[in-house]
Amino acid sequence: MARPTKKSPVQPLQKTPTGIMGFDEITGGGLPTGRPSLICGEAGAGKTLFSIEFIVKGITQWGEPGVIMAFEEKAEDLETNVASLGFDLKKLQKDKLLWIDHVHVDRSEIEETGEYDLDGLFIRLGYAIDSIGAKRVMLDTIENLFGGLKNEGILRAEIRRLFSWLKNKGVTTLITGEKGEGSLTRQGLEEYVSDCVILLQHRVVKQISTRLLRVIKYRGSLHGTNEYPFLIDEDGISVLPVTSLLLNKDISSKRISSGIPTLDEMFDGKGFFRSSSVLVSGTAGTGKTSIAAYFADATCRRKERCIYFAFEESPQQIIRNMQSISIDLQQHIDTGLLQIHAARPTLYGLEMHLVAIHKTVKKFKPRVVILDPITNLVTIGSMPEVKSMLIRLIDFLQEEAITVMFTALTFNKDATVQTDEGVSSLVDAWILVKDIEWNGERNRGIYIMKSRGMKHSNQVREFVITDNGLELVDVYLGPEGVLTGSAREAQQLSEATGIELRTHALNRKDRELDRKRLVLEAKIASLREEFESVQDELNKSFQDEDLKKEIMERNREQLTKNRNTRNSADDKTKQ
Amino acid sequence: MTKQSSDPKKAKPVQPLSKAGKPKEKEAKWQLRLYVAGNTPKSVAALNNLKKYCEMHLCDQYELEVIDLLLHPQLAAGDQILAIPTLVRKVPVPVRKIIGDLSNEEKVLVGLDLKPIKN
Repeated sequence: MARPTKKSPVQPLQKTPTGIMGFDEITGGGLPTGRPSLICGEAGAGKTLFSIEFIVKGITQWGEPGVIMAFEEKAEDLETNVASLGFDLKKLQKDKLLWIDHVHVDRSEIEETGEYDLDGLFIRLGYAIDSIGAKRVMLDTIENLFGGLKNEGILRAEIRRLFSWLKNKGVTTLITGEKGEGSLTRQGLEEYVSDCVILLQHRVVKQISTRLLRVIKYRGSLHGTNEYPFLIDEDGISVLPVTSLLLNKDISSKRISSGIPTLDEMFDGKGFFRSSSVLVSGTAGTGKTSIAAYFADATCRRKERCIYFAFEESPQQIIRNMQSISIDLQQHIDTGLLQIHAARPTLYGLEMHLVAIHKTVKKFKPRVVILDPITNLVTIGSMPEVKSMLIRLIDFLQEEAITVMFTALTFNKDATVQTDEGVSSLVDAWILVKDIEWNGERNRGIYIMKSRGMKHSNQVREFVITDNGLELVDVYLGPEGVLTGSAREAQQLSEATGIELRTHALNRKDRELDRKRLVLEAKIASLREEFESVQDELNKSFQDEDLKKEIMERNREQLTKNRNTRNSADDKTKQ
Repeated sequence: MTKQSSDPKKAKPVQPLSKAGKPKEKEAKWQLRLYVAGNTPKSVAALNNLKKYCEMHLCDQYELEVIDLLLHPQLAAGDQILAIPTLVRKVPVPVRKIIGDLSNEEKVLVGLDLKPIKN
């Protein structure tokens, strides 16, 4: 049946973008141009919505008029159904960009006798396509014909003919089909549509449903074969392409502050790396949220955008609670730098959270994302699932050069054993806030378990939450171990007392020394006096001796002289 | 085949008439529409068959309108035409549709609810 169209066969497959977020990335451009594609799934899987979005986005984004042929719902019903997504089908119809034809088949009204064909349908469709110059067609759900007409043989032949007719017309067609037992569609439409088949699914795990999209077949094109979770919300469908784990993202060596100067100091004085991932884990009530709020505040103060995903508290609650430590998050919300998204983890499945985060991040383009706490996600998925989700999240955020901070609640007393959903090996920095229970009180100790690529403190600091904010204080190491809280304060006091006492004692000793010196100096003076007097004495005796000696000498000389003269006189006399 | 039996002129004035209830006393006037697409064997067969039955069972109590959708594609949606050929009984209500070449007389008569007249 695949009669080649006028296009040359060597031309690579052309693709028509659907405008559905993420889908065009998975398929490398969208649906095959000018060919029919099948979208199948169970009731409520989102087939109709997907198709309508394809048509409407085609009109609004690429100016390609479209035809909706509805076998199920009436035009008015369709209009109301998609009005909530902001699609104004009425206006598009008025502008001759959209054509809705409701095909109603009712077996009770129809009697079949003999041969017939579905030329009527062809003519209607052809008329619709030609009157607005449509490039895109949606058939929803053509299988309804099987309910209205009995002759299946004719029907099958005609549907086959319809698809090849559409192909020849060169319109890109999206056909929806309800999932059947053991086959993709109830009537085996996949046999006729051989170019592109998309399967939409619902999966309910732990009472939480996740929507999944899978491209089963895409002839002549590469496509992702995974199941991609998708989300239907007020913006329509968004598919999440599970990002590749190629680990080839750009890295930054810029640093950003955590908002707590003393914490930055522990990180080599500069804080975290930009676009890195930071894990703050700790037991309940250790101030993880406060650290996160500080980080958010610091980000906004740098005039950068920040998204805070809260899984536990409402935005108002966070704002109020953070005011008590003098963090005013409201001002940042008012200036539009901060967004707080609060959602219970059980609101939707894990994948859906990931899609929601993706979407919000893509829209708001923040520099910092905070998830508080990731541990709550375990309530809706098993540990490996949460881990795989977080891996993909970290990967995505790092690709976008966004710094991410997770908080994680550790249930285990021994926090080092608990690996925090296994993400601790993925994150670049891991801060642990730990309870230190001692001496009848609970205090918080903070330390850095790891911090890739930078020098970081190995010290346990005490983490104090005061009215003025967070502070990190050096802990005291006493004989009983680390001292925190009042024990630390007592230690501080006693040390202060000690200093006082010591200085006092020193003063007294100084004075005594002075006094001693004085005494000593006095003693030295007296000794010197004594010595001088002794010296004098000695000198005097020496002089006396000399004098005596001299006098004696003189006396002896005199005596000798005297004797000599006497002798002569004697001589004279004798003579 | 493309003798649309001057359809639009005939059909339009009849419809309000039947609703007004005027022809009630002498067997409601039948208003039939046959949708075809070009001169295909199926269409020709259907028209011939239909004419035969009508002459046999309805005498003059009917108006037949043949619409060629190749010429008037915009008319297909109004009567919810999918299959070709399709015979639509507009009057009497409820609207009934018979698709196919009308080769099975029994079925056509049942479909049109014509049985009583034959008897």
